[in-house]
Amino acid sequence: MKPLSVLIVDDEEELVAPLIERLKLRGIDAHGMTTGQEALKCLATSMFDVVLLDVKMPGLSGLQILKEIKDNLPNLQVIMLTGHGSEQDAQEGLDLGAFDYLTKPVKIDALIQVLKKAAGRDAEETK
Amino acid sequence: MNNRGEPEVDQHQGSDQLMTRRRYRRLLLYLFLSISIVSVAPLVIMTWANYHQYEEAFHTEQLRPIVRFTSNAKHSLEFFLKERLSALSLVVNETSLKDLSDQKRLNRLLRHMKNAFGGFIDLGLVDADGRQVSYAGPYKLQDKNYKEHDWFHEVSRNGVSISDVFLGYRKLPHFVIAVRHDVPDSESYVIRATIDTELINRQILGLQLQPSSEAFIVNRKGVLQTPSRGFGDVLEICTLTVPPYSHGAEVMEILDEKGKPLIVGYAYIESSPFILMLVAYKGEMQGSWLSLRRELAIFLSISVVLILGVVFLGSKYMVKRLREADMKRAEIMHNMEYTSRMAVIGRLAAGVAHEINNPLAIINEKAGLLDDLFSMSEEAPPKGKVLKTISSIINSVDRCSKITRRLLRFAKHMDVHQEQINVNLLLEEVVSFLEKEAHYRGIQVTFQIPENLPTIESDRGQLQQVFLNIVNNAFAAVEEGGQVEISAEETENKRLAVSIADNGSGIPEENLSHIFEPFFTTAKGHGTGLGLSITYGIVNKLGGEIHVKSQVGEGTNFTVIMPVKTNLS
Repeated sequence: MKPLSVLIVDDEEELVAPLIERLKLRGIDAHGMTTGQEALKCLATSMFDVVLLDVKMPGLSGLQILKEIKDNLPNLQVIMLTGHGSEQDAQEGLDLGAFDYLTKPVKIDALIQVLKKAAGRDAEETK
Repeated sequence: MNNRGEPEVDQHQGSDQLMTRRRYRRLLLYLFLSISIVSVAPLVIMTWANYHQYEEAFHTEQLRPIVRFTSNAKHSLEFFLKERLSALSLVVNETSLKDLSDQKRLNRLLRHMKNAFGGFIDLGLVDADGRQVSYAGPYKLQDKNYKEHDWFHEVSRNGVSISDVFLGYRKLPHFVIAVRHDVPDSESYVIRATIDTELINRQILGLQLQPSSEAFIVNRKGVLQTPSRGFGDVLEICTLTVPPYSHGAEVMEILDEKGKPLIVGYAYIESSPFILMLVAYKGEMQGSWLSLRRELAIFLSISVVLILGVVFLGSKYMVKRLREADMKRAEIMHNMEYTSRMAVIGRLAAGVAHEINNPLAIINEKAGLLDDLFSMSEEAPPKGKVLKTISSIINSVDRCSKITRRLLRFAKHMDVHQEQINVNLLLEEVVSFLEKEAHYRGIQVTFQIPENLPTIESDRGQLQQVFLNIVNNAFAAVEEGGQVEISAEETENKRLAVSIADNGSGIPEENLSHIFEPFFTTAKGHGTGLGLSITYGIVNKLGGEIHVKSQVGEGTNFTVIMPVKTNLS
């Protein structure tokens, strides 16, 4: 089975790099982008199962990126990543079509569970 | 701070808006005096005016009866004298010289005159040389010569004469009346009569004067012609001065020899040496006036005391309520400021929580990665990578502590105290609170602050709150990628002007004059509308001013002008 592919979009490089490494150690094909523009360019050319998207981003905000994704790739599931104090934005994200949201700092196991659920892999694994 | 962590209002602390106890006492005094004067002055003036009117009226009413009495008495006396002179004239004109020279005839005439008129004591015929050639009466006055007597001179001159009162042989007072009869181609002769003053005395007594008053007669030289109770005996000099001549009855107010005020009605009796005097003691006549005056005084006193009492109590109540209102207002202001500060801290805390999450997440991932590297692999990870990861964790911890320190610094300045403040650093600190938001929204914040800007002495916490509020508003006004420019300069009169300008939406002109009003907000449903009002209050309290200029579509500029030294006491 093809490994789950995840695109992580967060402006904190220091956060994205270790997360990618940890996910890779767990067999997930994780990639990272630090700006919304780069993320959208990447999504236009590559296929991903899930996008892990930070709500607060400079330039193009997380919600704006979400909207773009939903407009162009409606089947692509997005999980919002929010810090405390941005729950309202995360809820708005859900209204815009995000699959779920997680609050930083995230437990790796909880993250993987949500990623699999979003990609529809959890049912397959249960089988 | 109280037990709930809220600032307590110091009831005794003075400020620009809260007056000290002394000022309230002064306010009470001013209020009491001003209202008292306005209330009492008209009453006093009216009472004073009425008093004088009453006094004038009373005075007139006092004098009028005396003038009337005097006038009536004058006419009575004049009639009395005229009657007797007329009788004498009739006698001298209708009786021949021969009859008048006849003793028996003269006696009979005297008897008739006594019966008809009363008061006649004797009757005498005096020739041109002054010799009494014929006499009827109780005394032996036949052949008495009156050539040297004043009355003889007068009657010789004027044809009639009334003499002063004199004591006769029996030491009883009486006076002489005389009428001259001219005979053509012959010598004139005079008929004289002595009149008893008793009738006049009885007439005077019959005037029915007040018990304290009396009437008497003096001559032109001031010699009493009738007895007086208080001013001398008959033929003594009256202790009162002779009044000036007057045709009719007059009244004058003088002092007696003891200094007591008198009202004296007087009248010169025509064709006689007599002056009728009617004397009343002013004090004794003023019984009802004094009573009225006393009642007026009592009324005025009671009214004034009542008014002053009510005014005092009313003023005290008003000042008390004013002080309570001031206290309440101060308490509300304190609470509002506290709430505002709490709200700011709340916002900051939310911002800090969000900011702190990233470094915490980094620590979480980096530590988690180390854990994964050691637990999920047989081989130990490279030392360099481990050290680099650990270093990254430590950096994130530093980042967290910087963020919490910033919040703590803000919270620390809750208590009011004065210190020297570098405005540049203060503004940088304020902007640092909003660093993340500026970063996310691409807002450019620029500083135009000269290096040699003087420090100011003020309260750091409150100043921070002011600038934080204004910068927050600027951020709310600008779009993504907007600009906020912060500048400062020293102005004249030892003041510092800090301007915070944005290129946001601007404020419409009709709202500009209201923006510092409490509860005024154009953000419908958002905010309490207290932020700028509290900012305005704080700036004023610190002795500064805040101004705003704005152009719709171009932006807004808030300028805070602070004294270099704030007096917080």
